[in-house]
Amino acid sequence: MVELELHRAPGNEIGLEMLEELEQFTNELDTFSREASALIIHSSLPAIFSAGADLRELYRGALPLDAAARVAGIREFLHRIHAVLNALDDTPLTTIAAVHGVCFGGGFELALTCDLIIADKMARFCFPELRLGLIPGFGGIPRLRRDLGNAVVRDLLLTGRSINAQKASGVGLVSQLAAEGEALRLARATAEQVIKFDRTTSAAAKRFLKPIPFEELRREIDLFCELSTKPAVMEGLRRFVESTDALPYLP
Amino acid sequence: MRTIDQTTDEVLDLAAKHFKVKRESLAPTDDFFKKLGIDSLQALEMLTRLEHHFGIELPDYEMQGVSDFRTLAGRIQARLQ
Repeated sequence: MVELELHRAPGNEIGLEMLEELEQFTNELDTFSREASALIIHSSLPAIFSAGADLRELYRGALPLDAAARVAGIREFLHRIHAVLNALDDTPLTTIAAVHGVCFGGGFELALTCDLIIADKMARFCFPELRLGLIPGFGGIPRLRRDLGNAVVRDLLLTGRSINAQKASGVGLVSQLAAEGEALRLARATAEQVIKFDRTTSAAAKRFLKPIPFEELRREIDLFCELSTKPAVMEGLRRFVESTDALPYLP
Repeated sequence: MRTIDQTTDEVLDLAAKHFKVKRESLAPTDDFFKKLGIDSLQALEMLTRLEHHFGIELPDYEMQGVSDFRTLAGRIQARLQ
């Protein structure tokens, strides 16, 4: 089995550096899939799987640019992260996200590429993007809609509330619940099980079961870029970056 | 069914235990965020522990702007089965 460990303090935010590292990793996926059958994605930071896109980097990068250059930069970033997440979604490896703590926004979207999500009972899942006047941009809606009922997607998206692992398990998002600190151990035990199967059969079953919603993913990028031109987005980013509130992801 | 006083007591017990402060130092009228000095990660952990303890879902926006423990207990009370 292969393990991808996220370790970028403070919150495994997905900015340019994390993107480049993920690109390096996914460039090797073909090699890994010849030698292994399972991939585990986990975080070694306490209390955080990933806080999502690096909004501070996004805000600082966007500030000096005019509107057209901002959208062009966002579109390029989205195309690159979509390529990474599509590769993870599509790999013949059986993929497992071992999630603990905060799994928000882009971090949630990373977990959603995996075949299985195993979650610590203290994990929380959230799509807070609407507070910025945006939608999730890393494939969140198409993948969540592929895997769950539309009503669950609307609840998460339109309220921006976070849900705990037990609720996520109840709606079918999380496949196994772990005691505190045990998600990675359970993920490894599960990987030990899945690698017993014939690799080509597992890959064929996955291809049959888990289509990648390319058309919706393309439309998501367009919608995200369209929404990102609103002045309220930069104002929302500024508020978030400057916030000292204990719940800064709420409007 | 718990009374609001019982729920408030349980919230205070949980907060004292989780944030390792003396139970006697917490009062129902204390400002939840200020008294405990909690950051965003701790707020989410507290939210999850409250949900587990009371067997409820407590949306984040119910904690937002909560002025004191008793108000928080009232919001929990409204979701008890």
